[in-house]
Amino acid sequence: MLEDATPDTLKHVGGSPDRIEAAAKLTGQALYVSDMTLPGMLYAQVTKSPHARARIRGINTSKAEALPGVRAVLTGAELEYRIGLYVVDKYLLARGEVRHFGEAVAAVAADTLEIARRAADLIEVDYEVLPPVLNHMDALKDDAPLVHPDLGKYDHVSAVFTPIPGTNIANQSKLRKGDVEKGFAEAEWLIEREYTNPSVQHVPMETHVAIAQWKMGDEVDIWTSCQSPFAVRNLFCYTFRLPLTQVRVMVPHVGGAFGGKAGIHLEPLVACLSRKAGGRPVKFQATREEEFSLLPCRSALTYRIKTGVAADGKIIAQKMTMYWDAGAYADYAVNVTRASGYSAAGPYEVPNAWVDAYTVYTNKPYGTAYRGFGHVEFFWGLERHMELVAQVIGMDPLEFRRLNTLKPGSITLTGEKITPNTGNPTKCLDVVAESIGYGALTAEETAREKATGCKIGKGIAALHKAPAMPPFTSSSIVLKMNSDGTVVVNTGLTEIGQGANTSLAQVVAERLGFDLAKIRISPDKDTDRDPYDWQTVASKGLVLAGNAAILACDDLLAKAYEVAGQVLRAQPADMDHDGEKIFVRHHRDRAVTFAALAIGYAYPDGNAIGGPLIGVGRYIAQGLANLDKETGQGNCALDWTFGAHGVIVEVDPESGEYHVLKICSAFDVGKAVHAEILRGQAVGGMVQGLGTACCEGYIYDEQGHLLNPSFTDNKIPTARDLPDVIESVAVETPQLDGPFGARGVGEHPMISVAPAIGNAILRAVGCELTHMPMRAEDVWRAMNQAAPIDNWITKTPNKSCKK
Amino acid sequence: MMRITVTVNGQVYERDVPGHRTLLHFLRQDLGLTGSKEGCGAGECGACTVLLDGHSVNACLVLAPEVDGRCVETVEGQAKDGKLSTIQDAFNRNHAVQCGFCTSGMVMSVQDLLVRTPKPSDDDIKEAIEGNFCRCTGYLQIIEAVRDASGRTEGKGGLKHA
Repeated sequence: MLEDATPDTLKHVGGSPDRIEAAAKLTGQALYVSDMTLPGMLYAQVTKSPHARARIRGINTSKAEALPGVRAVLTGAELEYRIGLYVVDKYLLARGEVRHFGEAVAAVAADTLEIARRAADLIEVDYEVLPPVLNHMDALKDDAPLVHPDLGKYDHVSAVFTPIPGTNIANQSKLRKGDVEKGFAEAEWLIEREYTNPSVQHVPMETHVAIAQWKMGDEVDIWTSCQSPFAVRNLFCYTFRLPLTQVRVMVPHVGGAFGGKAGIHLEPLVACLSRKAGGRPVKFQATREEEFSLLPCRSALTYRIKTGVAADGKIIAQKMTMYWDAGAYADYAVNVTRASGYSAAGPYEVPNAWVDAYTVYTNKPYGTAYRGFGHVEFFWGLERHMELVAQVIGMDPLEFRRLNTLKPGSITLTGEKITPNTGNPTKCLDVVAESIGYGALTAEETAREKATGCKIGKGIAALHKAPAMPPFTSSSIVLKMNSDGTVVVNTGLTEIGQGANTSLAQVVAERLGFDLAKIRISPDKDTDRDPYDWQTVASKGLVLAGNAAILACDDLLAKAYEVAGQVLRAQPADMDHDGEKIFVRHHRDRAVTFAALAIGYAYPDGNAIGGPLIGVGRYIAQGLANLDKETGQGNCALDWTFGAHGVIVEVDPESGEYHVLKICSAFDVGKAVHAEILRGQAVGGMVQGLGTACCEGYIYDEQGHLLNPSFTDNKIPTARDLPDVIESVAVETPQLDGPFGARGVGEHPMISVAPAIGNAILRAVGCELTHMPMRAEDVWRAMNQAAPIDNWITKTPNKSCKK
Repeated sequence: MMRITVTVNGQVYERDVPGHRTLLHFLRQDLGLTGSKEGCGAGECGACTVLLDGHSVNACLVLAPEVDGRCVETVEGQAKDGKLSTIQDAFNRNHAVQCGFCTSGMVMSVQDLLVRTPKPSDDDIKEAIEGNFCRCTGYLQIIEAVRDASGRTEGKGGLKHA
C-alpha cells in the first residue's frame, strides 16, 4: 500500500497521539475479566497433581460434594473432551495419568472462592507415582517412557505437522536447501557448538482468567483474558462439536499476554463447570503459582549448530538441529518448532542448509507461544555462535555479520528472494554498532575500568522474524458511520497493551482524512459484534488489520461519494472531501456533510436516498503457501522484520556480577506508525529480553517438582535493573504491502538481547557462555574455567580450526 | 465478622468483614473499587498498591480490620472534577501505560514518592517503583512520566530515526 503513502503529508501516521484507552487505565475504570462479577456467579478451583507423572488409581470427591455451597464437582472421568491447537492431545482434566506437576485432575465450582478452595483440598486422589521423563534429550532415548503412548491416535494438522507415534516426538520439521555435506567439504573452517536455555514464564500481570456460562440450548457465553477471541470460539466449538453460532467470546481489557494467552486454556473447563452447575456463570482465575505450572510456559531448547565457512569469511553451509522441550502437551510448541526451523539461520544467507527441528514431550508443564515464538531461544544460540565463528576465523564479528547478512538478491532458507523493500539488517547492525562505539573503549570507558576495577565489553547481535501464521491468515474491519459523521471501528484484533487500537485509529483517521477524535474503537472485543481476525499474535496485527482498515476506509468513502454524487449532481472524479464534508472540487460551496450522508440523505421534502454508511475491508496474506514438509521450501513470510541490539556491559571480574551500561536497539519497521508506542514496545521487549538473559527460568528437582513458581524465586526485572542508557532507533525501509509501509515489531525487541549481552561479556572478561540465563554465578563459573576456546569446537578430520 | 469504619478516597464506609479479609479484597469485593489489581496476592508485584494514612502499602498484605478508623486512598480517588491528576496526566502524556494492569499501583507509588520527595532523582524514582512490577513498558516511559510530573524537563526520551 506504499503507493498510497505520501510521507510529507501524513497527519496522523508517524505521530504520537494519546493512547485511546490510557485514561480508563489510569483511573482504574478499565474493566478486566478479573474485575467482573456476574449475578449468581460461582467461583472455581482445581485440584492439581503434586507429581510429574503418575497413574490415577481413583478420585474420591464425596467430601467435596458434601461441603455446603459446592455446586459442581468434575473429574476427568466425566470429561471425554480433548483440546489441542495442532495436535489434539490434552484432556480438560487428566484422565488415567497425570503428565506434569501442577496438572488439573479435578475441579469444583462453589458459592465463594473460600468454599471452592476448601472443596478442592477435600478431593482425594489415589496416585501410583511413575518415573517421569524430565530432560528432553533423555526423552529421545529408545527406553524412555512415552508421555503419550496414544500419539498415533490423536487428530493433528497433518498438512503441516508430523508426530512420530511410538516416540516422544510430537513433531519433526525439516528444511533442506542446497547440499550441506558438499558445502562442508568445501569449507575452510567447520565450527560446531551446542546452546541451551530453560523454560520461562510469560508473567502477564493479570493471570489467566475466564468466566463462562453454559446456557439452555447449549448457548455458551465466555468472557476471557485472551489474545484471540475467534481462535477461542473456534477451538471451543471444535471440542464440543457446537456450531459457531452458539458460542460468543468477549474480551474486555487484557492485563498482558505475551503469547501465553494466544490459544485456548481455561475456557472449556470453566464452561463445563457452568454446565454441571445448571447454567450459572463460573469464574476461574489462576493464582500466580498456578500461572507457572497449571498454565503453559515457554519451551526449553537445545540448539546444535555446525557452520562451514569459506576462506573469505562467507558461510557456505550450516547444519542446525533443534530439540524443543514441549513439556506434557504439544500446544504451540509444535508450531514454534516449525517457525524456528525455517528461520533458524537468522538474517544471514546460507547457500547450503539443513535443519532438523524436533518437538519433544516430557513430563513438565507444557510450552506455548511466547513473544518471539522460538526466536528469543534460538537466537541466543545462533548469535553466540556467529560470535564464535568470527572469533575462530579471525574476523571482526561485526564485519563477519555484515558480510553474511541477507541483502537484495539473497535467498532465504526457504527459497524466498530478498528485495530492496524486504528490510535492511545490515543497517540495523551499523546503527547499533555506531551507537555503542563498537570495537574500542573510549578514554572515558578506559578510565572507568581503572577506577572501578571492572571490565567493560561491547557486543552486538542481529535478529529477524516473520509472522508464524497459516498462509491463509486474514483480518477484516467494519467501519460504521454515526449520524454526526463520526466513525466506529469494529475489529477482532485485541488490545493487549501493544497499542493496536490507537495505531488502527491512526490508520483510519489518516486514510479517511478525519480528525482522530472522530474515530472510536471499542476497547473490548466480541465475536458476535466484531468481524473476523485470525489471532492477535505473531506481530501481524498492524499489517493485516491495518491493510483491512485502509480498504474499509476506501469502501466507506466510495459509498459516501456515491450518495454525495446524486446530492451534488457530480461524478466521483469531480469530488473531494475533508473531515466534515464531500464537495465539488471546482465549486467548494457545493457540499454535503458526512453527517447528512451517514444514515441516509434526506432531501428537504423528506424523500431519502442511500442508507447507513458501512465500510467493509478484508485482507488476506498474499502469495503464501504451506512449506514443503520434506524440504521446508516455499514462501511462508508475510514480512521479515530485521533488527539488532548493541550492548555495553560492565563486569566485575571478581564476582561475575555485571550491569548493562547502555543498550541500543534498531528495528527496520518500514514505517513508525506511532513513535512512542513503538518505543514502548522496543524498550518493554528489550527489558523482557533482559529478564530472559539474566535471571528467569524454571528450576525443577529430580522428581519434576517446579521449585520456583513465584516472584521471589523467579525474579523478573524491576525498575532497578534497567540499563543506564537505553536507545531505540527506527530504520524505515518501506514494506510495499504494509499499511503506509509499516511492518510488525511487537515481538522483535525481545529477540537477541541475551546474545548481545553474552557477546559483550565475552569481550569484557573473555568467558564463553552457552546457557542462558547468565546469572552472575554462571559468569563467575565460566570465568574460572581454564578451558581454552578450542574446547568448544568439534574436532573434525576435515580442516579443523586454524587456530 | 468485625465491624469497621474506614475512609476511602474521602468517603466513609461502614462494613462488617470477616477477620481474614484483606484490604485488597475489601476494596474490590465489598466496595466495588476494582481499580487496585491483584497480581500475586503475596506482596511481591505491587499491582495492589494503595495509600494507607498517606503511606503506600500492598493492599494484599493488609487485613481489612487493620484499617478500621484509618484513611485509604486508591487510584479511583486521584482524578478530580473530571480531570486526570498531575501524575496521571504525565503518565498519559509520556505513554507510560500499556496493558494497564500495573498502572493503578504505579500511580499510587508515585503519588507517595512525590508527596515526600517533590523533586526526585532517577534513583529515587527507581527505588519508589521497584516494588511495582511492569511486564510491558520496561519502566522507561514510566520513569520519564515521573520526571515530567515532578517538573523536570531533562531526560525526555524519544524514538530515533535512522
